[in-house]
Amino acid sequence: MYEIKNTHKISLFDITKVRNDFPVLSQKIYGKPFIYFDNAATTQKPKVVIEMINKLYSEYNSNVHRGVHYLSERMTEMYELARKKIQDYLNARHNHEIIFTKGATDSINLVAYSFGEAYVKENDEIIISEMEHHSNIVPWQMLCKRKGAHLRVIPINDKGELLLDEYKKLINSKTKLVAVTHVSNSLGTINPIKEIVAIAHENNIPVLIDGAQGIQHEPVDVEDMDCDFYVFSGHKIYGPTGIGVLYGKERWLDEMPPYQGGGDMIERVTFEHTTYDELPFKFEAGTSNYISTIGLGVALDYLVSIGLDNIQNYEKKLLDYSTTKLMALNGLKLYGTAEKKVCIFSFLLNSIHPYDTGMFLDKMGIAVRAGHHCTQPLWEHYKIEGTVRASLAFYNTFEEIDFLSEALKKIQKMFG
Amino acid sequence: MSIDEIQEEIIKEFKNFDNWMDKYNYLIKLGKDLSPIDSKYKTEDNLIKGCQVKTWFHSTFKDGKVFYDINSSSIMIRGIIALLIRVLSGQKPEDIKNADLYFIDEMGLRENFSPIRPNSLWKLINRIKQDAILYETKMAK
Repeated sequence: MYEIKNTHKISLFDITKVRNDFPVLSQKIYGKPFIYFDNAATTQKPKVVIEMINKLYSEYNSNVHRGVHYLSERMTEMYELARKKIQDYLNARHNHEIIFTKGATDSINLVAYSFGEAYVKENDEIIISEMEHHSNIVPWQMLCKRKGAHLRVIPINDKGELLLDEYKKLINSKTKLVAVTHVSNSLGTINPIKEIVAIAHENNIPVLIDGAQGIQHEPVDVEDMDCDFYVFSGHKIYGPTGIGVLYGKERWLDEMPPYQGGGDMIERVTFEHTTYDELPFKFEAGTSNYISTIGLGVALDYLVSIGLDNIQNYEKKLLDYSTTKLMALNGLKLYGTAEKKVCIFSFLLNSIHPYDTGMFLDKMGIAVRAGHHCTQPLWEHYKIEGTVRASLAFYNTFEEIDFLSEALKKIQKMFG
Repeated sequence: MSIDEIQEEIIKEFKNFDNWMDKYNYLIKLGKDLSPIDSKYKTEDNLIKGCQVKTWFHSTFKDGKVFYDINSSSIMIRGIIALLIRVLSGQKPEDIKNADLYFIDEMGLRENFSPIRPNSLWKLINRIKQDAILYETKMAK
């Protein structure tokens, strides 16, 4: 029977122990060991996060920033501590530059609305890239439609890398913002963020980085990157669902109008006029998802305890091993072969429809995603409609890759 | 044969397969054997909308019976379509409209008809039923 072993002996941490931290991984699906390769969709949660959520609801539940009572104060302390943890994790200059949202999508919508209201006019331009997730396309399209502005797109090469020379050509006096992804959710490409930011800043244009697929694989130092906005979702970095982060430089956030109105974001309300609270609360209308926020803080603590370097080194070895193993399969075509990439493998197997491959892998206990992965315009570049995507995390093993490779061979035989 | 008689026949055939692999292998075979849809019917209008697996639907009405041209970009879905065609093609609109397609459950294929799956089968069933109602209305006029 298939077991999780560490026979390759190249892990810098104890993979068995790491896997034990994630209860969902030990179950069987259709009577087979569960192999979870859909981490770009969402990551699994370590016990410490699950236990914290349970503890918070069982012992501490109370609304934050409201009560004068004991529990509300404890909850508020923990909530604001989570903000501090995220500030430290991102190396942001100020605590109030961390805004809590529902997720990366919500964060981008916030910026598209509020930045758009403050700075974007008719005939202005927003630059995105060909590899963006729909979440980093549609909010900008909506903004462009609202303001009569235009969307410009940085093209990619066939390996799935941004063409920086083309990017430079797109920049002009009408460009108001550049919004690109840190890591492609479909191809795994790691984009040269520092260079992209530097080019935009030479022209005094701010840059938003969609970190939904970057934060869980790459070290993020917003000070060093010098990006103006960085967004990510908690659930893709081993935290709970429904919590996201918007990091924004103080100078922009100060000038941008609020996105939504409601409780907690006001200073004074009369029927004639409202003055808004200061940062970060100006952008956090309504009761926040304080439980998930604290859970996200715990997830980041957990990652730090494992060691971000250890995670990165292990994932690099998984990437190299998986690439070799998958490329060795005749009839498998890999999409996304950038020099710098993370453990995301988009592929087609012979002429088998991705849905068919995905369905058979599921029957063999392997969870992948099949389809367009919310990047329909990207697939137009490759003239295909979608792929099978296996996206790995640091709790995946080399043996699971062997298992995937064998499963794909079986599928080839069945459809052959 | 009636819709239910054909369903019984299919269920009996599938009883011979004792594991999912054999069953799915048979569906792949059916999928491969399904005759391709006439290219003139492969239009945007005939495409079942909102699904990641492309499926085209066309029907003709002759002598009070409905005949189907359906095809899909997925072989697995095509295999299931082959079964649906075997059950429903050449039947009367009223019988199609009222058909209880219990063979789907009996064969353990229900998951393929779930609205949360990115395929088009549940929408296809809706289309087949609506189409039958249209023919029935036409006949009544």
